[in-house]
Amino acid sequence: MKPKNDKKEKLLLSGNEAIARGAYEAGVKVASAYPGTPSTEILENLSTYKGIYTEWAPNEKVAVEVALGASFAGVRALASMKHVGLNVAADPLFTAAYTGVRGGLVVITADDPEMHSSQNEQDNRNYAFAAKVPMLEPADASEAKELIKTAYRISEEFDTPVLFRTTTRVSHVKGIVSMGNMETSAANPGIEKMPEKFVMLPAHARNRRIELEKRMVRLREFAETFPGNRIEWGNKERGFITSGVSYLYVKEAFPEASVLKLGMVYPFPEKLIRDFAKEVGELFIVEELDPFIELHVKAMGIPCRGKELIPSMGELNPRIVRASVMGGKARAIFEPVPIPMRPPNLCPGCPHRGIFYALSKLGLFVAGDIGCYTLAALRPLSAMDSCVCMGAGIGTAFGMEKALGKEALGKIVAVIGDSTFFHSGITGLIDIVYNRGFTTVIILDNRTTGMTGHQPHPSSGMTIRGDLTTAIDIEALCRAIGVQHVVSVNPNDIEATQKSVKQEIERPEPSVIIAKSPCVLLPEMKKRKDRKLYLIIPEKCTGCRTCLKLGCPAIEWVPLTPEEAKKLGYKESQKGYSRINAVLCDGCGQCAPLCKFSAIVVEGKDEA
Amino acid sequence: MKHKTTNLLLCGVGGQGILLASEIISSALMRAGYDVKQSEVHGMAQRGGSVVAHLRYGTKVYSPLIELGEADFAVSFELLEALRYLPYYSKESKVIINTQKILPAPVSTGVETYPSDVLDQLVGRRLAVFPMDAFELARSAGEARAVNMVLVGALSVFLPVKEEKFLEAIEGRIPEKIRKVNIDAFVKGREKVSALQGKKRK
Repeated sequence: MKPKNDKKEKLLLSGNEAIARGAYEAGVKVASAYPGTPSTEILENLSTYKGIYTEWAPNEKVAVEVALGASFAGVRALASMKHVGLNVAADPLFTAAYTGVRGGLVVITADDPEMHSSQNEQDNRNYAFAAKVPMLEPADASEAKELIKTAYRISEEFDTPVLFRTTTRVSHVKGIVSMGNMETSAANPGIEKMPEKFVMLPAHARNRRIELEKRMVRLREFAETFPGNRIEWGNKERGFITSGVSYLYVKEAFPEASVLKLGMVYPFPEKLIRDFAKEVGELFIVEELDPFIELHVKAMGIPCRGKELIPSMGELNPRIVRASVMGGKARAIFEPVPIPMRPPNLCPGCPHRGIFYALSKLGLFVAGDIGCYTLAALRPLSAMDSCVCMGAGIGTAFGMEKALGKEALGKIVAVIGDSTFFHSGITGLIDIVYNRGFTTVIILDNRTTGMTGHQPHPSSGMTIRGDLTTAIDIEALCRAIGVQHVVSVNPNDIEATQKSVKQEIERPEPSVIIAKSPCVLLPEMKKRKDRKLYLIIPEKCTGCRTCLKLGCPAIEWVPLTPEEAKKLGYKESQKGYSRINAVLCDGCGQCAPLCKFSAIVVEGKDEA
Repeated sequence: MKHKTTNLLLCGVGGQGILLASEIISSALMRAGYDVKQSEVHGMAQRGGSVVAHLRYGTKVYSPLIELGEADFAVSFELLEALRYLPYYSKESKVIINTQKILPAPVSTGVETYPSDVLDQLVGRRLAVFPMDAFELARSAGEARAVNMVLVGALSVFLPVKEEKFLEAIEGRIPEKIRKVNIDAFVKGREKVSALQGKKRK
């Protein structure tokens, strides 16, 4: 979406779209990110504005380094990522706190309480404390747009990177946002040599360390009068200190109460907190996940209640806030009824299904990774045995190999997506080659970053804006690292894939299998004309259920009573038959060779 | 304009266009002068899994989330999903349901069976239910994928927003090439609810 330029126009924007708009209005010139829910749309949207360089970086560490470099060159810069991405980017961030900036630098972390689409729910406010950088946190889209502009002013005024935290319910909630005026950086673009500031060798770093503490003192003073930290006086029996989306839950649950809303969650406005606490009867701290504000308020010697009442796991909502403070349990009017679950699944025609079906047949320990294919851990494929973080599949598989020695040969395999491989799989593969391992790595080359919505990556041959670029050759890369055995397979051909995997895992040397088949949701795959749809010849189906083990959404089981079975000409003992839903079938053909009774055929071709 | 915040819950299966539908509804409400908040979940949750969007409007909306028992309207894009979010319904909830069945994995793989009494369960709880085959209605409008617009049309009958605000919202969001079929689908949904309401009155 491309918002128009007339200011004061109102648009319905998500938190992420509002952040992009705010960054644009703040005059950001360079922005880098790695996609990750719930942060992805920030860069996607920013890339639609003119006059800003945007890119998908291979990972979050590179994204922060690129943004820092742009700041060194005197322009406003941005890096965005999901919460776990900041773990990857923590290295440059902690030292960027020492160097400070030239152009304003904002690093956005989008946390995911409740783990809607994440492997953990870490609270990244802790990074602000640990890295000694200020952190701003908006409650909704409208505030996010204003606060991101404030973040750039703070960054330049205090010579510091600024952390900007959202959560899923800020990033993915749409609200009404007013467009604003354009701003410009106070810095001048150009090369300035400032080794005492930019070269963090110990002698310089010790000086910058002192500057860092001075800066924190100034920031604490700033926090006291910063308008984003505001008291909304109401009934003074109860007072709430809160921030982010939790503020909205407090307003909904206790509209009459007094509230101290922190727009800057680090450093804390201690005087403001004391003044507020003095005036209210009972003080509550309402925050999702860790007792970040609460611990600080308690350390100030101010009595308050927080996590003793409010859950430290998952998301909050007004009902939880109300029930936690008032006691008692709010009940729904209608109790839930037991119905079949609807878990997410690999799409019909997904090439990942073929490779994981093959792996499930081989009974290996599959050290998996982060992506759509993590869904292969679910039934009926049940073909993934570990998944920790981006790139971990390779390292953990190799660690198991080293723990078990020759015993492990032929029993363990690492599986990683192409985008994930570029993100942080390459170094793991280097470890295997360098340290004389034999672990087999399967790279799922579907030409895109699937789970987050099809962002191009270093071997897609395309940039974030769709411009053509060099496509990095995964096979050549693996060979250059020193892997002697690199083979490519078509994962839709399950039999051949299974054979290749068997051959490579038995090798007492490192090997890589590249499973090549594009994501079926890519526009060019959706448009393809040569798609052959499959169907199941009902008379030939014996109800053996082999095809169901693929877990393809297009293959449906139709249960039969003995009478129905008889009526349809089956044996009375046949419990049902499989059919292919023509609307869902994508024509990958993985199922056809699995049927021992040749019941699965190409529509209109082998039907007889 | 009423002061209470109104809660709309949209649910269905990933890939059915629920996010676009809620965007159009929000946009129409905004054009009618309401404050709106709309919450959704992306990523892992979308791969054919159950999807829910919360939409709240009024003079001033704080929380983006609907509380249990507080949905004024529910629009279920798939039959079974209408039952999944039952704890969100109030006794006064109006429930618009696409009767199309999309089999969840435990059913399609033969582990569980698809309940045959979804509508009865809802009607038995005295909920105001508006069932329709939105898939067929969309197809008759010329685009099977416009199920979402049929349901937006159906819901629009109940909202204090003029039809033209919805049409403006659709025009602002749907590319011209496919705009007409989407508007036709929207109109089919409106007509269907009006017909159902007529029947209820008799």
